Amino acid sequence: MDNGCLKNDEKYQKLLEIIEVNKNVRGSLIRVLHDAQEVYGYLPIEVQKVVAEGLGIPLAEVYGVVTFYAQFTTKPKGEYRISVCLGTACYVKGSDKLLDRIQEELGIEVGDCTEDGRFSIEACRCIGACGLAPVFTVNKDVYGKKVPDDIPAIIAKYRE
Amino acid sequence: MITVEQLNEIRKNSIPKVALRKKVFETRVPELQGDISGLLKEGNEKTYRAHILCCAGTGCKSSGSDKLREEFERVLEKYGLSDEVKIVKTGCFGLCAEGPIVVVYPEDAMYCKVGIEDVEDIVTEHIMNGRIVKRLLENYAAREKEGEITEEDLEGSTFFKKQMRIALHNCGRINPEDIEEYIAIDGYQALAKVLTQMTPDDVIKVMLDSGLRGRGGAGFPTGRKWMFAKASVSDQKYVCCNADEGDPGAFMDRSVLEGDPHEVLEAMAIAGYAIGANHGFIYVRAEYPTAVERLTIAIKQAEEYGILGDNIFGTDFSFRVELRLGAGAFVCGEETALMTSVEGHRGEPRPRPPFPAVKGLFAEPTILNNVETYANVPQIILKGADWFKAIGTEKSTGAKVFALGGKIKNTGLVEVPMGTTLREVVYDIGGGIPNGKKFKAAQTGGPSGGCIPASLIDTPIDYDSLIQIGSMMGSGGLIVMDEDTCMVDIAKFFLAFTVEESCGKCPPCRIGTKRMYDILDKITRGEGELKDIDDLYELADAIKSSALCGLGQTAPNPVLSTLRYFKDEYIAHVVDKKCPAGVCKALMQYTIDREKCIGCGKCARNCPADAISKTDYVAPGHKLPSMAIDQSKCLKCGACMEGCKFGAISKK
Repeated sequence: MDNGCLKNDEKYQKLLEIIEVNKNVRGSLIRVLHDAQEVYGYLPIEVQKVVAEGLGIPLAEVYGVVTFYAQFTTKPKGEYRISVCLGTACYVKGSDKLLDRIQEELGIEVGDCTEDGRFSIEACRCIGACGLAPVFTVNKDVYGKKVPDDIPAIIAKYRE
Repeated sequence: MITVEQLNEIRKNSIPKVALRKKVFETRVPELQGDISGLLKEGNEKTYRAHILCCAGTGCKSSGSDKLREEFERVLEKYGLSDEVKIVKTGCFGLCAEGPIVVVYPEDAMYCKVGIEDVEDIVTEHIMNGRIVKRLLENYAAREKEGEITEEDLEGSTFFKKQMRIALHNCGRINPEDIEEYIAIDGYQALAKVLTQMTPDDVIKVMLDSGLRGRGGAGFPTGRKWMFAKASVSDQKYVCCNADEGDPGAFMDRSVLEGDPHEVLEAMAIAGYAIGANHGFIYVRAEYPTAVERLTIAIKQAEEYGILGDNIFGTDFSFRVELRLGAGAFVCGEETALMTSVEGHRGEPRPRPPFPAVKGLFAEPTILNNVETYANVPQIILKGADWFKAIGTEKSTGAKVFALGGKIKNTGLVEVPMGTTLREVVYDIGGGIPNGKKFKAAQTGGPSGGCIPASLIDTPIDYDSLIQIGSMMGSGGLIVMDEDTCMVDIAKFFLAFTVEESCGKCPPCRIGTKRMYDILDKITRGEGELKDIDDLYELADAIKSSALCGLGQTAPNPVLSTLRYFKDEYIAHVVDKKCPAGVCKALMQYTIDREKCIGCGKCARNCPADAISKTDYVAPGHKLPSMAIDQSKCLKCGACMEGCKFGAISKK
């Protein structure tokens, strides 16, 4: 198989395995993309090419699916992914102000990654922890009922 | 494959597992009525004398319930009680605001906001000495003050008293990762009954008679959906479950999947039997990792126990369930878009007809029901259509789960009979608005619904009443807003959501919602004119009548309903250039009350824009001249107001 610009490393072997397992499952493209993103952290065009060829689906269609769904990203993310909930319950409790403060604190905008690759910010829609609104997450850690002034200390914790 | 006799055998052997929870299960498990000491001697459970149920739903997990469970294990070990007390990991109890929640049986004592430091107390006081730790009971301090505490109150919780839990009846009461607990309390009995005693037509008749309507939003009668799919002739049909709970602020389905996954699997198999399908798909949000994990475990267990698979209960009915993960697209909650997504494509809707009951997933006849709808099915089969019909109102039968959120004390999950008024939900169960603020509106139906103003708080909540007042049931998100919420800003918030989530296939939604958003943005920036309001109406009308799918057709609702009940706020933004709630930054003004200002100058020092300076005016009784804000320089950051100790600065 043509591996484009991808290095023939452990990740690549894993990707091939994922494709092999799902090759004959009907409608498995989204599942394959989820797993591939788990392996690579994001879905650069090189990965999309391998998936397209492996599943026998036109690259245009793979690209169409990747760009349609919010969970798939073609840009690498930071080591710590900060995700601020902008669902309704969090919004009426002021999560937009949390987001403003995080952007200010890190000096980057939503969707971007800091230059050192440590932090990235994204806005998400409801993680279902509305009882703790406003909520944001840093990787798998959930922070609820926070105010903008709590932000610097929380970020400092990850900076260390 | 197992037989019904084997299922009953498993049930009998598993009852000791839940026997200590007699208080909540004795009406459903006849064996638990009366003396249970005999049961406690059976099986592996013989040494236990208490169960500690720890919520492991997303809400409590976020509040640290995993660490709490470890602490319980450690402390029980320390006192040598590990063999006497069982720790059970459950799904959501509903009172997420008070999490992490722990319930101790046999007393059914519910402890709230349990911290690591409280574990020692619960073990030494409650478990070892039988004394309930009162200070941790729900809202104990306030209730005691009002003299409301009775002996009976020490057990159970007021939060649940006005609720009627049907879809949630197992949530927070069983271990969702143990199929035997589910079987012990009547799990899979409905499937057994359907397969051995009923024809598919019987099943559909029960569903029709029960009056159950879809809990996902539109409220289409479930029995009719099944009837249409059964009437379609095909070798292959599909049963789908919509667990793509995209409505921001709603988490009913997540809680059912996390707390009681087998209920949904059982219902899907019943639906499969009714319409003649042998394959099911659950389309679940990837944002719900806990739900995905528990569903995966549940499917695996059901297969291992021979309940899902070939020739179920020795009949010729076979059924398998597959999980499909969404990838973050709100439009995939729409039925045709969901099916396109399950097929692995961009989740774009397609025109109907043909309806999914004729041509759905992989172009075969398909039914799609929502998680909560399914969670009602097994009980309707077991208890009968008449039982279900007697609950709720004539046209909206049964109960409905709501996710209470926003400016309300008891944020969390509640289930109430249809026809309960909004007032009862907000005040009696929800505990009212915190911080002494006034109730302004409740939003139901998410981005497709509308706002219900305070004047209509006595409206009964059912499908038809809500439509009448310009909102809709939706999936069950209920966001409460107080006087600090700007209704124009909220309408803009929902439109921003729709603009981002519009799949782009049809122009009315793709272009129309963006235009509406631009107008709202203009109004909140203080640049609106009266004609903009007319344009909003016109656009709303055009989008509603011409968009391809439900997402677009309902997208104007948040704007229309806020215009209907809060037009004065729109006018205030447009004509007076004021935001009455003080939310829209461009329209806000910070002003200093020159009579209250003592002239200390702290605000001027705090101001990052040098917008505050001394005036010539000295208020009577003060020594220094008062300060004033130059509005042309003000950034509206609020630093002045935060720092003022004399309450002289206000925001309008």
